[in-house]
Amino acid sequence: MIEHRPGFTIFCHAMLLLGVAALVFPLWITLVASTHTASEMRQVPIPLWPGTHMFANYYTVLTKGVEGASTAPMARMLFNSLVMALSISIGKIVISILSAFAIVYFRFPLRMFFFWMIFVTLMLPVQVRIFPTYKVVADLHMIDTYAGLTLPLIASATATFFFRQFFLTVPDELMEAARVDGAGPLRFFWDIVVPLSRTNMAALFVILFIYGWNQYLWPLLVTTQESMYTAVIGIKRMMPGGEQAVDWNLVMSAAMLAMLPPALVVILMQKWFVKGLIEQEK
Amino acid sequence: MMASQKRAQYPVGWLPYALVAPQLAITIIFFFWPASQAMVQSLQVQDVFGAHVQFVGLLNFRELFADPYYLGSFWVTGEYAVLMAGSAMIISLVLAACCDYLIRGTRAYKMLLVWPYAVAPAVAAVLWAFIFSPGVGIFTFVLRQWFGYDWNYLLNGGQALTLVVIASAWKQISYNFLFFLSGMQAIPKSLIEAAAIDGSGPIRRFATIIFPLLAPTTFFLLVVNFIAAFFESFGVIDTTTQGGPVRATDMLVYKVFEDGFKGGDLGGSAAQSVVLMAIVIGLTVIQFRFIERRIQYA
Repeated sequence: MIEHRPGFTIFCHAMLLLGVAALVFPLWITLVASTHTASEMRQVPIPLWPGTHMFANYYTVLTKGVEGASTAPMARMLFNSLVMALSISIGKIVISILSAFAIVYFRFPLRMFFFWMIFVTLMLPVQVRIFPTYKVVADLHMIDTYAGLTLPLIASATATFFFRQFFLTVPDELMEAARVDGAGPLRFFWDIVVPLSRTNMAALFVILFIYGWNQYLWPLLVTTQESMYTAVIGIKRMMPGGEQAVDWNLVMSAAMLAMLPPALVVILMQKWFVKGLIEQEK
Repeated sequence: MMASQKRAQYPVGWLPYALVAPQLAITIIFFFWPASQAMVQSLQVQDVFGAHVQFVGLLNFRELFADPYYLGSFWVTGEYAVLMAGSAMIISLVLAACCDYLIRGTRAYKMLLVWPYAVAPAVAAVLWAFIFSPGVGIFTFVLRQWFGYDWNYLLNGGQALTLVVIASAWKQISYNFLFFLSGMQAIPKSLIEAAAIDGSGPIRRFATIIFPLLAPTTFFLLVVNFIAAFFESFGVIDTTTQGGPVRATDMLVYKVFEDGFKGGDLGGSAAQSVVLMAIVIGLTVIQFRFIERRIQYA
C-alpha cells in the first residue's frame, strides 16, 4: 500500500471477503449437511446450521457405507486413496530424480533420445490414451490391484523436468570437489544431491499427493471390486441414479472425509505447495 | 536456452542406463505402447467381440467429422472452456489484485482462497450438485422463492452447463489466484511507487503497469485453463450431468469414454483420442514456443 486511500482499501477487503465467502460457502453447506439426519436433509429449505448427528453419520459412512447404494465402508476407500496418493507421489519422485540425475550428470549415447522420450509424455494426459492403457493393464492382470491403479500414472515427465531444472542450478564445483575426494557418482548422488533436493522433493510431494488423491477416471476403470474403490469414486457410487432419493447427509460426510487429507496437506505444507506449483511450471 | 548439461560429467558406464531404466520402462509400457495402439486402432474397424479387425484408413475420422453429435460435442466443449477459463481468470485476477494492493491480512486471505485447489474436481461437482439439486438444493430454493426462477439442471441444458462451469471454475480460481499473485509480487515495487508519486491511482496503475507486465502469466494461465477445461471436466460431468440433458454437456473427453466403454465403438473412440492428442500437443507447443520467447527476452 503506497498511498492512504481508506475507501479503496475497504473495497479491496470487501472483494476478498466476497471471494472467500463464495469459495467457503459450499464447504459450509457440506459440513452442515453432514451433521443432520437423512430426513432432516429432505426438508425444503435444508437447515443452514449444524445439527447433532455428526458422529452418527461419520461412523456410518466410515464403517458401513450407504444403505441401498454402495455398501463399501469409507475407511477402506480412504486407505486405498492413501496408498494410491503415496505410491504415485513417492514413485514419481524416486524414478524421476534418478533419471534426471542420469540425464544431467552423465554424457552417454542415447542421452538426448531418452530425454525426448520422457519429454513427450508431458503432452498426453492419461484421459487421452485411456482405452489402450486400460487394455495393457488388463493384459498384465493388474485390474483391481494397487499396481494397476498407480503404475500408469507414474509415467509422466513433469517431475523429471522439475529435478532437471534444479540440478542445472547446482554449482559444478560440488561435483568436482566430490570427485577429488574420491566419491563415485552414487555416493555423490546420495550424500550431496539428495540432501540438496529436499525442499524440492517436499514441494513436489504436495502437488503429486493431491494429483494422486484426486484421480477419478483411472480408478473408475481399473477397479471393479468395492474393496478397491478410492474415496473420490466411492462418493459417486453413493449417489444412486434415477428416482431413488440420495442420502445427502451420508454423501456429504463422505465428501468431507475425501476432501480432508489433501486439504490438510495443502494447508500444513503451504510454503512448499506454493513453491512446487509455481516452479513446476517454469 | 540454458545449458542442458554440466561441464564436468561422469564417464559412461552401465550406471546411467540403470538410472533411467525405471522411468523408461514405465514410459514404454504405459505410454508409448498404448498411445501407438490408439493410433493403430483409430485406423481400424472392429466388431463387437473383437474377433474381426479390418483396416479402414481414415474412415473413422471421416465418420467422426461427419457426425453431428461429435461436432456438437466440440461446440459444447469450446463453449464450456471459454466460459470456465474466462470466469475463473477474471475473478482470480480481481482477487489477486486486491490481495496485492493490501498489506495486512493477506496471509489469511491467501489461506482461505487457496484450499479449493486440493478438492478433487469430482468432489467439487458433488458439492455444487447438492447446492443446485432440483429437490433440496439451497440455491434452487432461493431462485424459486425469491426470484421465481425455475431451476432444474437435469432438464434444462443451459442450466446443466452453468452448473458444470461453476463447479469447475470454483476449483480453478485458487490455482489462477496463486499464479496471478506471485506474478504481481514479482513486479518491482519501485515502478508502482513511481507511478503513484506521479499521481496515478490504484486502478490506473493496474491498467497501465501491472496488467501489461502480467501478460506472460495471463497467457500461461489461459493455456493451462483450457487444458484443464478439456481434460479435467471428466470427473465433473460424470458425477453431475453425465453429458445430459440431451447432450448439453457432452464434452469431448466424456464422449471418448462413452463411445468406447459404453458404446463399444473402439475405432471411433480411438479416433477421438487421436484428435484429443492433437489438440493437447497443439496447446503444449504454443505454450513452449511462448516460454522459449520469454527466456530470450526477459
